[in-house]
Amino acid sequence: MPRFKKDKSGELPAISTSSMPDIIFMLLFFFMVTTTMREVTIKVRIKAPEATEVQKLEKKSLVSFIYIGPPMQSKLYGTESRIQLNDSFRAVADIPEFIFKEREDRNEADRPLLTTSLKVDKEVRMGVVTDVKQELRKVGAFKINYSTRKGANKTND
Amino acid sequence: MARKVPEINAGSMADIAFLLLIFFLVTTTMDTDSGIVRRLPPPPDLTVIPPPIKERNVFNVLINRSDRLFVDGRIGDIKTLRADTKEFLSNPNNLDELPEKRLETIKNLGPYNISKGIISLKNDRGTSYDMYIQVQNELTAAVNELRDELSKQKFGVKFSELTNEDYVQAIQKAIPMSISEAEPENIGGK
Repeated sequence: MPRFKKDKSGELPAISTSSMPDIIFMLLFFFMVTTTMREVTIKVRIKAPEATEVQKLEKKSLVSFIYIGPPMQSKLYGTESRIQLNDSFRAVADIPEFIFKEREDRNEADRPLLTTSLKVDKEVRMGVVTDVKQELRKVGAFKINYSTRKGANKTND
Repeated sequence: MARKVPEINAGSMADIAFLLLIFFLVTTTMDTDSGIVRRLPPPPDLTVIPPPIKERNVFNVLINRSDRLFVDGRIGDIKTLRADTKEFLSNPNNLDELPEKRLETIKNLGPYNISKGIISLKNDRGTSYDMYIQVQNELTAAVNELRDELSKQKFGVKFSELTNEDYVQAIQKAIPMSISEAEPENIGGK
């Protein structure tokens, strides 16, 4: 009498899928932790320049973004570089109001740590950027960050 | 007598989880924000006359509207800008035309010759943002390399790998990030 009965049927046993939800949940949590919610719809085309000496932006909640670049819908808005604050195109003169509003949204202790990140397309002329910087200086938002991608340095090869 | 509770079918759990997963994949972004950090100067006080700075202590970097460089009175090249800046800031041979140094005792570092050199960056309204960032990057790289060298010499590790906050501050004091941006003016026309 054989001790181990061989499965003679030849059929492959079905793979158990009971741990599938666990695997998917694991993936889900991974994505929830590593990504951030998209807060604004970006209406300008931004291809950030590359640089090597980049620093990571700490504390995302203390960063306000200013986007500058040519509009994506160029048929509607033309190709001239525009400034986008939150969800709409704005003029340089609207920046102080924007900064004050950003400050109001943070609690008092965090306000001096507020950083302004300039997300600017590489084709943009410096004139607009300089105007924005002047406005930021006037309202005392001195901490700025030029958003760049970390990339190979073209200049030192 | 305990009644048997029928088991809840968990077969569709995977589908629900998938749905959630796809929702998060679509609504979130993964880009980590990084960039070159700068501090803007406060608006100029017109009543205060700025103190005169000696010619030898200023390193002029100009970028014109066609992205050409003019570095300290000569036509410059982005490829050599980093080396030029390093030489200006460190003045290894104590040349007369390069900046003066001020001997100061720094905590954790001892006496150190702090360079009085200031990099003055000026750009035209027509300069491209890409070029501006390249120049900023090279200037930052020059300062970072000098800091790395000093940090390796004194503490044995690179500046970016220093963990002791006091050491970081000592190095920052010894080699300040002295990049000043000129008040904007229209150099090359619109």
